[in-house]
Amino acid sequence: MKLRGPLLLIAPSLIFLTALFAWPLVAGLSQANGADIRRMLDDAYFWPAARNTALLIVVLIPLQFALAIAMALLLRARPRFAGVYFYIWVIPLAISDLAAGLVWLAVFTDRGYLNSALSQLHIEGYAWLSYQHPVTMFLAVVVAELWRSTSLVFVIVVAGMQSIPRDYDEAAAVFGANYWQRLRKVILPQLRPSLQVALILRTILALETFAVAQALTGRNMPLLVGETYQWYAVLQNPNVATAIALVILAVSLLAAFGYLRALRS
Amino acid sequence: MRRHRFGLQLACVAITLFFGVPLYLIALAAFSSRESLDRFPLPLLPTDLSAETITTFLGSTGVVGGYLNSLMVGLSTVVLALVIGVPAGYALARHAFRGRDPYQLFLLLTRALPIVVLSVPLARIFLQTGLYDTTYAVTLLHTALALPTTVLITSAVFVGVPREHEEAAQVFGASPARAFARVVLPQALPGIAAVAMFTFVLSWNEVLGATILTLNQRTLPAHVLTTLSDSPLAYRFAGGLALILPAIVFVAVMRRYLLNMWGTTLR
Repeated sequence: MKLRGPLLLIAPSLIFLTALFAWPLVAGLSQANGADIRRMLDDAYFWPAARNTALLIVVLIPLQFALAIAMALLLRARPRFAGVYFYIWVIPLAISDLAAGLVWLAVFTDRGYLNSALSQLHIEGYAWLSYQHPVTMFLAVVVAELWRSTSLVFVIVVAGMQSIPRDYDEAAAVFGANYWQRLRKVILPQLRPSLQVALILRTILALETFAVAQALTGRNMPLLVGETYQWYAVLQNPNVATAIALVILAVSLLAAFGYLRALRS
Repeated sequence: MRRHRFGLQLACVAITLFFGVPLYLIALAAFSSRESLDRFPLPLLPTDLSAETITTFLGSTGVVGGYLNSLMVGLSTVVLALVIGVPAGYALARHAFRGRDPYQLFLLLTRALPIVVLSVPLARIFLQTGLYDTTYAVTLLHTALALPTTVLITSAVFVGVPREHEEAAQVFGASPARAFARVVLPQALPGIAAVAMFTFVLSWNEVLGATILTLNQRTLPAHVLTTLSDSPLAYRFAGGLALILPAIVFVAVMRRYLLNMWGTTLR
């Protein structure tokens, strides 16, 4: 085994990742100067984008964790057709945020399926995605993201639940604990490591959301990564785009350290 | 108890509808004629199916090219990520070496960071090196994105192959390389196939980096994104379905592996 030492085996991946990670990072840091950062901060879209991104994380993540835990608990109760349910519930795992945006565009657009269904019930339609209705526009993005990204949390929670011995739960039931007591005192505490990982992973991924909003609202609901795209592709100013990218990277770095600390404990 | 089971089924069906109905609607929209998509209210049942919208989408400029580019990038990413990642995964699974823990931390850190946001400085580097606007550039970025996960999952796969089999082969005179190729690899193959599928989907779905690193050699999602604002709704719906179809195949094939994969790598 001395011929191929383990360091030799990991060296290619180490070199590759460093090259594609450290090199652009250093290049990026030298690319964006003070003037670019000022221009980024003065842009009318920057602060709304930062606010929308934060708001999306704050609203979406609690909702999707509640949904994912509920879904995992439902499967834990071993319903009939559990296999079919599991299959359909994990399909969004492989769907991109661009595709999710387009799917929900078919639902929420002015002459889309939601308004069609409403009109058949003789309810007047509503311009869900109009920039005049920022609340429904935001909610449409939340629904689309809830639809797309909850399955990731769901799979992590189900995997975590499988490692909890059923005995504990059954013992608590024997001693007269009802469902809510068992959920709060037995199941959720043991799920904590899985939930922590899912939480931080989802927070970092949610920071990168942009194509959903792009597909549903164009630039009417700006998000931080969407602004990187705008500055680079539409306004052709890579320096400001880099400045925004570095902001996202810094925030993610903070979350990543949380991630690593959670894993170590 | 009976009422309890009924409530359970009701909740499961409600969630299934939430996940399933949008998929049905996008398929319905993509297989409606343009004329019926202009009607209001839209028919909610498949009464008026036509392949017009989807064939128009497939026939429009850049779509077939985008498909081919996406396929090229996806397959090259799989190959490159496996070539670089499998040895590292094997080392993590079989060897206790100095630097193992820092290396694992490094992998987790790179996975946790949005490497995609580095696309903008990367674009400048690629411009200088002549890689800009090629499928190779996108492949390199996607490999960097996928590699940490590839290494972590393959190491979990190799942990599952009993070390004794490998040692037995070597006792009977096989060289380490031969023992690996003839004994370990065949047993690890289903797991590695799962990793390959996972890597492909990751690359297929990545939008931002592919958009920033290319101009003409767009992948399909990058092409759909950049033509979004000036294309009719029918085109967007067909694009949505075209992007989703591989996902459905992926989940159908991967159902068995999904829990293991996410379970072992994310905890």
